[in-house]
Amino acid sequence: MIVEEIMNEEPYTLAPTNTVLEALKLMREKKVRHLPVVDEDHHVLGVITERDIKEALPSSLQDEPNSAVFNAAVEEIMVKNPLVGHPLDFVEEVALTFYESKVGCLPIVSGGKLVGIVTTTDLLYTYIELTGATEPGSKIEIRVSDTPGILFEITKIFNAHHANVQSVLVYPDSENTQNKILSVRVKTLNPLAMIEDLRKKGFDVLWPNLPGVSL
Amino acid sequence: MKKAVFVYSPEQLGYKFSDTHPFNHKRLTLTMDLLKNIDALKDIDIVPARVATEEELLLAHDPKYIDIVKRAGHGELTEAQGESYGIGTEDTPIFKNMHEASAQLVGGTLTAVDYVMEGKSEHALNLGGGLHHGFRGRASGFCIYNDSTVAIRYLQEKYKARVLYVDTDAHHGDGVQWSFYEDPDVCTLSIHETGRYLFPGTGNITERGNGQGYGTSFNFPIDAFTEDESFLDIYEKAMREVFEFFKPDVVLTQNGADAHYFDPLTHLYGTMNIYKEIPKLAHKLAHEYCGGKWIAVGGGGYDIWRVVPRAWSMLWLEMTDQEMPAGALPQAWLDRWQPEAPVPFIPTWEDPIPLYEPIPRKAEIEEKNAQMLDKALHIIRIEKRV
Ligand SMILES: [Zn+2]
Repeated sequence: MIVEEIMNEEPYTLAPTNTVLEALKLMREKKVRHLPVVDEDHHVLGVITERDIKEALPSSLQDEPNSAVFNAAVEEIMVKNPLVGHPLDFVEEVALTFYESKVGCLPIVSGGKLVGIVTTTDLLYTYIELTGATEPGSKIEIRVSDTPGILFEITKIFNAHHANVQSVLVYPDSENTQNKILSVRVKTLNPLAMIEDLRKKGFDVLWPNLPGVSL
Repeated sequence: MKKAVFVYSPEQLGYKFSDTHPFNHKRLTLTMDLLKNIDALKDIDIVPARVATEEELLLAHDPKYIDIVKRAGHGELTEAQGESYGIGTEDTPIFKNMHEASAQLVGGTLTAVDYVMEGKSEHALNLGGGLHHGFRGRASGFCIYNDSTVAIRYLQEKYKARVLYVDTDAHHGDGVQWSFYEDPDVCTLSIHETGRYLFPGTGNITERGNGQGYGTSFNFPIDAFTEDESFLDIYEKAMREVFEFFKPDVVLTQNGADAHYFDPLTHLYGTMNIYKEIPKLAHKLAHEYCGGKWIAVGGGGYDIWRVVPRAWSMLWLEMTDQEMPAGALPQAWLDRWQPEAPVPFIPTWEDPIPLYEPIPRKAEIEEKNAQMLDKALHIIRIEKRV
């Protein structure tokens, strides 16, 4: 999945001469925490976040618009030349950028101009969708040996039951590096027949499991 | 006025996917036979289920979808054609006359509604209903038409009622919730096993309604391996506070019996005890807040031999103020059905103690559920203080 598919294509923006108070008002009104600062040609000059503003204030208690900071231009406190992304970046690359650089948003730039914005919240929602948790389904977890063709063997069983697989996640097994854990969400209320077939084929079904096992 | 009516027609048994499908309305026969054996259900209590009209089904469903269901049941639709409507899938296969049978289940719930709202009986029960996963234009999770959604719209239109819907099925009552997600005059309350593992996957505490309806959807997702005490603790607190907050004119309860330890499709550790307590509190609060107006429907329940007949009998006994039975089940009933049952019956009304091995993380599960309850009710506790 590429960034273009998850980015907000119409982000609210500020001009460098807008005041900090205007930035804060826009953030509260639109319920956003990050605003790109752009010039007239939509070139990204910086980013200002709710946190930048809070940190610029002399005291966190001072929320009344009489501080000099509120009347300052955003360009004075914005992060200049911020990290930016491209619409064709992969979503997982962006995730890694967020994690490593500890930023909360990434302006997306193409042809030198701002074309969108991605925040950690967008990314988190994408992750939730990837797990299939937003659609009706039952979850099945299977421990498999880390060998080629294993996924094919498993999907054959779902296919035989006309079961629609909504998501597949593959985790390393913390107990044994020779294994992987597959977490599959299947569009069914009754996964019993599939689980029985998986077990018959010798697969180790971890969830749902027999009573009394660890959670 | 009668205390309660039991809505049933043999045609309701026509809702049948196959001999091996887990949704099996033979449980209606088993329940009625058990009740008759202890003399708790008489012919005079039973009223036939009517068939919902097309106009009534349209209160909750798209005309195109109704047409698809009709054609499927008359052999005019392939599985592939039905698939995008959830018809012809492993969960909801095509069966003969599926529209007619489904409309009969909806009609049963409407019959129950009319009895209560016209003052012919205080309470009414339609065990054939409770198909809470049905959507506007799509079947899901064994459910074709959503009888509760139709009934609630009908209650609104015909009787101008403010309805509280309570769903204690182990699965989230998603279909009903989404139907009234933006409606401030219908409140939905669902207690279910967390969707992290279980179908349908929804029912998080953060699903609270939308727009005008914000704050009138309540979800109480409990952990896998939750036992009686914690289940009932959540149920009682949730019910009292939501009734007090919403002050409904009428309550509709969905009484799925699949939160029992024996149920093959879920992972909760309930015993018969919860099926005694659930209707007791619903009954009490219906009298406190709704002048007694209580309509109850069935729902899930996939151990049709050991669990459902006992659980649903207790629901009817509570509705009719009859004494809760204890001790042995009638021998005649056991003798009649044991040969057909693939599992040995529990021969008493109560479950044996202990029913299962102790749960290793009991205290943590209870703690987690209690925390969840506080978060889920926070929104109305705050309002109260203001
Ligand atoms: Zn259920």
